[in-house]
Formats: sequence, C-alpha cells, structure tokens
Amino acid sequence: MTTPNRAKIGAASLLLASALAAGSAAWAAGGEPVHIDRQKWSFSGYLGKFDEAQLQRGFKVYVETCARCHGLKRIAFRNLVQPGGPSFPEAAVKSLAGTYKVDAEPNDQGKILKRPAILVDYLPSPYKNEQEARAALNGALPPDLSLIAKARGIESHAPFYLVPKNMLVDIATGYQEGGPDYIYAYLTGFKEPPAGTKVPDGMNYNRAFASPHMTAMPNPFAGGDGFVKYDDATPATVDNYARDVTAFLAWTADPRLEERKRLGLLVTIYLLITAVLLYLAKRRIWAKAH
Amino acid sequence: MASHESTYRPTSNISKWLDARLPVQRMMHGQFVDFPTPRNINYLWTTGGLLTFFLAVQIVTGIVLAMHYMPSAADAFNSVEHIRRNVNYGWLIRNIHAVGASFFFLAVYIHIARGLYYGSYKAPREVLWILGVVIFLLMMATAFMGYSLPWGQMSFWAVTVITNLFSSIDSIIPGLGTRIVQWLWGGYAVSGTTLNRFYALHYLLPFVIVGVVGLHIWALHVVGQNNPTGLDIKSPSDTVPMAPYAVMKDVFALSVFVLLFAWFVFYLPDYLGHPDNYIEANPLSTPPHIVPEWYFLPYYAILRAIPDKLMGVIAMFSSILLLIFVPWLDTSRVRSTKYRPVYKWFFWLFVFTVVALGYLGSKPAEGVYVQWARVFTAYYFIHLLVVLPIVGVMETAKPLPRSIAESVLGSPAAAPKHR
Repeated sequence: MTTPNRAKIGAASLLLASALAAGSAAWAAGGEPVHIDRQKWSFSGYLGKFDEAQLQRGFKVYVETCARCHGLKRIAFRNLVQPGGPSFPEAAVKSLAGTYKVDAEPNDQGKILKRPAILVDYLPSPYKNEQEARAALNGALPPDLSLIAKARGIESHAPFYLVPKNMLVDIATGYQEGGPDYIYAYLTGFKEPPAGTKVPDGMNYNRAFASPHMTAMPNPFAGGDGFVKYDDATPATVDNYARDVTAFLAWTADPRLEERKRLGLLVTIYLLITAVLLYLAKRRIWAKAH
Repeated sequence: MASHESTYRPTSNISKWLDARLPVQRMMHGQFVDFPTPRNINYLWTTGGLLTFFLAVQIVTGIVLAMHYMPSAADAFNSVEHIRRNVNYGWLIRNIHAVGASFFFLAVYIHIARGLYYGSYKAPREVLWILGVVIFLLMMATAFMGYSLPWGQMSFWAVTVITNLFSSIDSIIPGLGTRIVQWLWGGYAVSGTTLNRFYALHYLLPFVIVGVVGLHIWALHVVGQNNPTGLDIKSPSDTVPMAPYAVMKDVFALSVFVLLFAWFVFYLPDYLGHPDNYIEANPLSTPPHIVPEWYFLPYYAILRAIPDKLMGVIAMFSSILLLIFVPWLDTSRVRSTKYRPVYKWFFWLFVFTVVALGYLGSKPAEGVYVQWARVFTAYYFIHLLVVLPIVGVMETAKPLPRSIAESVLGSPAAAPKHR
C-alpha cells in the first residue's frame, strides 16, 4: 500500500486551510486593535469545572451591582440550585426568590396581581421593556447578561503567518474563553483616558472597549475594594469582583459546561481506544492482501 | 465493473424466498460486500464513507432538534436556548448538528480536492463528478438556510446580505432583481416569514441530497472507483473485495475523524461559530463585520473582490458552476496528478489560492485584503479556464505503471490470492 506523500500533504494542508479560515473568521471589529489578555479560569480546558464558591460570590456581585441595570432573563431561580452551577442550598434560594415580586396568573376578576417568585420563575429584569430602560438610562440599553459571555470574544491581531500556529494551539488546548477574557478586561478597563481624549457627557472611557473606547456604562466597581461584602475569606477587591462575576456569567451562558466536559472526556477516551483497536484490525486484514 | 455479478448465495429459506422476489440482499452484497475496489486506494478514498456518515448524523440530529425548535421570529432564538439549557442532552444534539455542518464541509472539501488531484472527473466519471457538484450546491443551500434558523445577529444579517445579492439583477432588467428578493423574503424585509420558508426548505433539501447521493453512489458503482494511479482496473489482481478491506479502512478512518469531531463538539463547540450569533437578531442594529460561516469564505472573498455588484455575484456563482466543466477543461490524457510533473505545481497553487481566499474572506473588505483577493480570484479562474486546458496539452507525463497491482506489489505475478 503506497500512500503518496503528496496526497498526505494535500489532506493536511486542506485541513489546515479550513481551520485557518475558521479561526480568522472569528470576528473582527473596526478601529485600532485592542489587546485583551487571556486569564486563567477554573472552567477552561478539557478538565475545567466551575468553582462553586466563586459562582456564589459572582452572583452576589451581580445582584448588588449589575442587576440594577442588567437582566438575567434566561436564568430561573431553580438553576441557582442545580449541580454544575453555584449550587446554592434550595432553602436559601427559595427565600431569596420570595423577596422578588413577579406577575401572578390573572385572578377571577382578570386582574394580574403580583406574587412572590418561586423556584421555577425566571429572574425578573430591572426594566419591563427596552423603552423603559432607555428612558431611565439616558437613552442607553443595558443588554441582558444571560448570554453575554458567549456573545463576546477577543480578536486576534496576529499576522497571517502566525494564524495557523495560534489556531492549532487553541484547538489543542480547547480555548473557548474569549468571552470571559473580554468581560474581565472590560470590567477592569475603566481607566483615566489618555491625555487629550475628550469623553462626551454620559460616556465613559474603557480601554477594553472597541475604538474609540467610549461606553455608555459607568464603572460598576467605582465604589472600590470592599463595597460588596464577601461571605468567605476571599479578599473583597475590585479585581476579584470582576473575576467572580465573569465566572458567574460564564456559567449563565453555558450552564451545561461541566456535564459537557465530563462526557467529552469519556467520549474522547472511548474513541481513542476504538480507533487503536480498529487500526490493529485493519492492519491484520490488509496484511493478507499486501 | 458494471458486469460485476454478486456472489450472494441465499442460505435460509426466507432469504431464498425473498431473493426470488426482491433481490435486495443480492444487490447490497454485490455492491457493498464483494464489490471490487482498487487495491491501492489511500485514505483519501475514505471521505465518501465519512460524508455518508455525516449526512446521516445531520438528518438524525436535525429531526430531533426540529422536535424542540420553533421557527418564528419571536421564538426561534429562545427555543435554541431552551434546547441548550433545558432539553435533556439538547446541548449535545445541538452541538453535534452545528459542528457537524462544519465537519461535513471539511470532509467534502477533502473529497473534492482528492477528485481534482487524481483526475476522478475524467471519462468515464463525468456524470459522477457533475452529480457531486450538484450535491455540493445542495449542501451549500441547506447549510445557508440552516444557519439562518438560530436567528442570531449573524444569521439575520447573513440572510440579508446574501439574499440581497439577487437585487443586482436590477442592473440588467430594472425591477426584476428587487422582485426576486421580495419573493425570496416573502415581504419587503427579512422577517419571520423568511425564517419559516427557510426552515421548510432546510428540512426538505437534506432528503433531496439523499436522493442525489444515491445517484452519485450508483454512478460510482457503474464505472468503479478511481485510484491513486488513475489506471483502469484490468485484472482481478488489481482489486480487493470491498468487505472487509475497504470497509475496514473506512471504519478506521471514520473513528479518527469522529475523534476530531468529538473534540470540537465537547471542547470547542463555538470555535467555528461567531460570538454575534449569541445575540438575538435585531433588524435595527447591523454588526460591524458580517462574515459567513468559514466554509463560504472563499466565495465571499471572490464576491467582494470584484468592484461591480452584478459581476461579483456572477463570479461567485461561476466559481462553483465552472467545476461542472472541469472534465472537459482538463485536456490531459493522464488522470492522476502523481504522474503530471508540471500540473502538480499548479494544483497546489490552486489549493493555496482557495485557502488564501478563505483567509481574505474573513478580513474586512478594504485595502490590501481586497487587492490580494483580486489576485487570488484571478488565479482561481485562470487555473480552471487556462491552466487546465493548456498544461494538459503541453505537459509530458511521467511513465505510468503497467497496472494497479504493479504499482503496489512490484509485479502483477506477485499478487497474492485472496478469494
């Protein structure tokens, strides 16, 4: 059996080609490039898991800062109890839900009254609709955060000849944390604007935001270290607030991540063994022919 | 090959009874068990099996997704999130279907490149090749409509950009292009109506693909497989029976490909997608850069390389439709590029061109990117329209082996008996 080398190179370069095209398709925004550093996350890589305590802290940061303007409409109270997430005790979430008021079913007069939320209810958003949010926030619309960690990414500014290598590294390591890396950079990106930069009224300078680095959102952690109290021994710093709430939002965007990675490992091992056995069988069969 | 007789021998009374009435087992045995396959085919010949597998995977996962998906502008995005979050193993089915589309295209590009390299389109395989181009076009239509279904920002804007291309016909017959676009949309803008019809067609077209794949395999089994030497099968020593030889090789290759596929399904489910598609479609907000899925990027680059809209659209469609004429554009009397010392350089230049176009298609259509896209677009067409006919006439091929068996075993006499 002579496999021509060129055919092999051909197949390899085609694979590379398609992968290359794919990686570089992964988003490009206008303006000058913003460099976003990659962070270490407990949920990255093929053995990644969420850190329960971190998600619990992140939820607290969300409730006490983000939730004033941003909804989390795809998360139900019951999700906060489920394994693979913050896994709060059920009783605690039940009493937390009770502090939120949601629309009840129409009563026998057809009136819709309010009732305390229960586990199956979704987290109520701070504004009833887009118009109410814009009216309250100077025309700005704060996006719902349920999927924000998937709806953001980081651009690659690598020159074209480095693209294939970068892609292979990302594929081999299973890099999928562009969204969290961006959100962390954004949350910690509220800095003094460079000299000579005019920041219009109602806008804020953020070095992680796409050029010209102006965002309607004010620094959520302007209160500085300590303004959100942590229940565990973790230092209550702005950096930790940003990390913890980002991890929490990574979970809201992908609540099946742990299940996915756990099953993925078993499937990969199974397929590896299968492939080896099939190769041995193939070799034995073809030994008779050649 | 057409004269190949099935060696099927019914053993039980039931199979004898059925064989006299509907010899389906005889046919399957003849076509997929003792069917003679060239003994020298390499791993690139396993892509046909891979593609059949992925077609089946897409159909099965697609049907399950259809049980949970809601094709309306208001519900589409939410129902996909419902599948990801609440449906048992919904995240898995959805990842398999989304990543599966990409791997389907990865396999088909390898399959097409193999056909081009070994001259598998040459007589008597022209019809087989043209059926393949038809399948490729159907796949592209299916994938494009499928991508609209999650109703994210990229879905919406990709549909808007691509359907709008037909409005370029206005520059030939004023008004006609606009009418076609409105007819495609079912209204004056991309809307839930567009989503509904795309969903209906996305469910229909895979079954059309199954039909054409049936013809493709039929045509293949009439003329027989090509092989790396490009030589015809001359004697039984040139072949091995499909089972267990080719089947075993196919299954092994499949397991390796599925391993890579699983890696993406479980660890990189969003790698081949675009973050913007996790934002619900919003007709009032245009994303800064609208890019198609990676497998459309080379054609997108060709479209944007040409300054005139209508000419760009014509160039994009003809870049694929030209493949239909490749059997006649290639004048070489030798099938396999292995024995074509001059053409092989052009072949790899062509592969490089397609890759480069894919890279450029992902970049903004400005400055140096457009200029390079023009260079590579020019070579794409020059390759098919000029290089293929001229090199075939001028080139002196390397000496061919006398037979397939000789190319593998040294001499045909050494061929071991295997039946």
